[in-house]
Amino acid sequence: MADLSVNVCGIDFKNPIIPASGVFGYGREYEELFPLNKLGGIATKGTTLHLRTGNLAPRIAETPSGMLNSVGLQNPGIDHFIDTELPNLLTKDLVILANIAGATPEECAEVAAKLDATDVHMIELNISCPNVKQGGAAFGTSCDMAAEVTRKVREATKKPLVVKLSPNVTSITDIAKSVEAAGADAVSLINTLLGMRIDINTGRPILRNNVGGMSGPAVFPIAVRMVWQVANAVNIPVIGMGGVSSGRDAIELMMAGASAVQVGAAIFTDPYAPVKIIDEMNEFLDSKGIKSVKDIIGTVKPW
Amino acid sequence: MKYTQGSYIITEKMAIARNIYSFTISCPEVAEAAVPGQFVHIRAKGFTLRRPISICGIDKEKGTLRIVFEIRGQGTEEIAKLNKGDLIDMLAPLGHGFTVKHGAEKVILIGGGIGTPPMLPLAKIYGEKAAVISGFRNSSAAILQDDFKAAGAEVILCTDDGSAGIHGFVTQPLKELAEKGGISAVYACGPMPMLKGVAAICKENGIFCEISLEERMACGIGACLGCACRTKRNDEEYFAHVCKDGPVFNAEEVLW
Repeated sequence: MADLSVNVCGIDFKNPIIPASGVFGYGREYEELFPLNKLGGIATKGTTLHLRTGNLAPRIAETPSGMLNSVGLQNPGIDHFIDTELPNLLTKDLVILANIAGATPEECAEVAAKLDATDVHMIELNISCPNVKQGGAAFGTSCDMAAEVTRKVREATKKPLVVKLSPNVTSITDIAKSVEAAGADAVSLINTLLGMRIDINTGRPILRNNVGGMSGPAVFPIAVRMVWQVANAVNIPVIGMGGVSSGRDAIELMMAGASAVQVGAAIFTDPYAPVKIIDEMNEFLDSKGIKSVKDIIGTVKPW
Repeated sequence: MKYTQGSYIITEKMAIARNIYSFTISCPEVAEAAVPGQFVHIRAKGFTLRRPISICGIDKEKGTLRIVFEIRGQGTEEIAKLNKGDLIDMLAPLGHGFTVKHGAEKVILIGGGIGTPPMLPLAKIYGEKAAVISGFRNSSAAILQDDFKAAGAEVILCTDDGSAGIHGFVTQPLKELAEKGGISAVYACGPMPMLKGVAAICKENGIFCEISLEERMACGIGACLGCACRTKRNDEEYFAHVCKDGPVFNAEEVLW
């Protein structure tokens, strides 16, 4: 039994596996299938200052080894999260990363300030949602904007601040360095890649939003590359995600430089994926005689 | 247990019409929990997303479920390759089912094409109190008519081309029955234009109406918010989710 615990920004995780924001709601639906305390943490559904209804359906499309989504940050608003969902999550033994978003830096800061007064463990600031017209990816594609929103949120909270980065940029390392300089305690990546499918029988895009975020195993090699590049460019921890669907994938992402790993679309294929990934990581480490998962972080030996 | 995920044995497979298959699946704990109108979320080998398929039969004594589905794309084509004796990976039973009215005198069940299967569990409950109006493109696409008769229901078949039964849409016989009166409830599943027509007739005649919707879906349990559907609650627009709030909705809640 290898030691799977990791520490990110001073927060202890019993294992490095975290369901990614958006796939797991606030945890209630999956509690029916397994106890949440098996997980290292949970990244909650992206939550904004006020309720958002999200985009019109269809919001989902299958792609080769992956999928597109354009949910558009549907959520009940931060007050509902704090009053109704957070108390339930706080009874579980896992790290809560409260994922937040907003249309302006000020809105993001206001949401963060509300969370600062709660017992959430970390705040994950989404500057990379591809499915909303204001804010979202617009913050995440310019170094100046990314830094500004990070700075505003930084001023609003003392909680460890993780900034979630978009892969839909020319240089993700430049964005990562900008948010590090603006006070981020960690970065998480990659959010989804902007994609599109068309129904050739109707000539209409499958998604009502025309375009959406692509995730699933198809994006995994891009995630490995970007995690590796960012881990080499910044001095803050990197939480890796993007197409992870097995323990081997999680190990690979950690070797690339991730200190913890989020799991997204794989949960739709197999709702037990996070639990299986934890078991598979343990088996791999045992088979190699590696005592702690911490010993593999960033150990890739590039040619 | 509300729902569970597991691999279950297919005990019977039949091709019942062109590209339409019937599976009987041995899954005692799922059958025990299932109610009419719910669905199962099936993993298709090689695909990221599961495929939601409505439940067509619940046998709690034998511990089996029956599903009837059409090959619509590559995912359902992969599921159709499974054979008797193979394991099928299901997350089930899911969703909010139909409201059964125990004192009902007469109910109408309406199925359009591959929307017909979820009506069969209701026909088994209501028996001779049910009239089943189902509509298909043509006579060779018509399914489950004998099953509805065996349940004791009155069967009214409609085809678009007149090759069997009434030449026309299901709304025609529904309108006649609704105007005669004495109907306690109408339940429907099928294409959106059909459901819209059914809902309008029920509203006009003041009849309780529940409809089953379909939408592209990811998690199937209400976490990802992928399968949004515009509804109204307390006179406010509300984006409900077909997987958890539905697939069955009161027709008056749906914003068409």
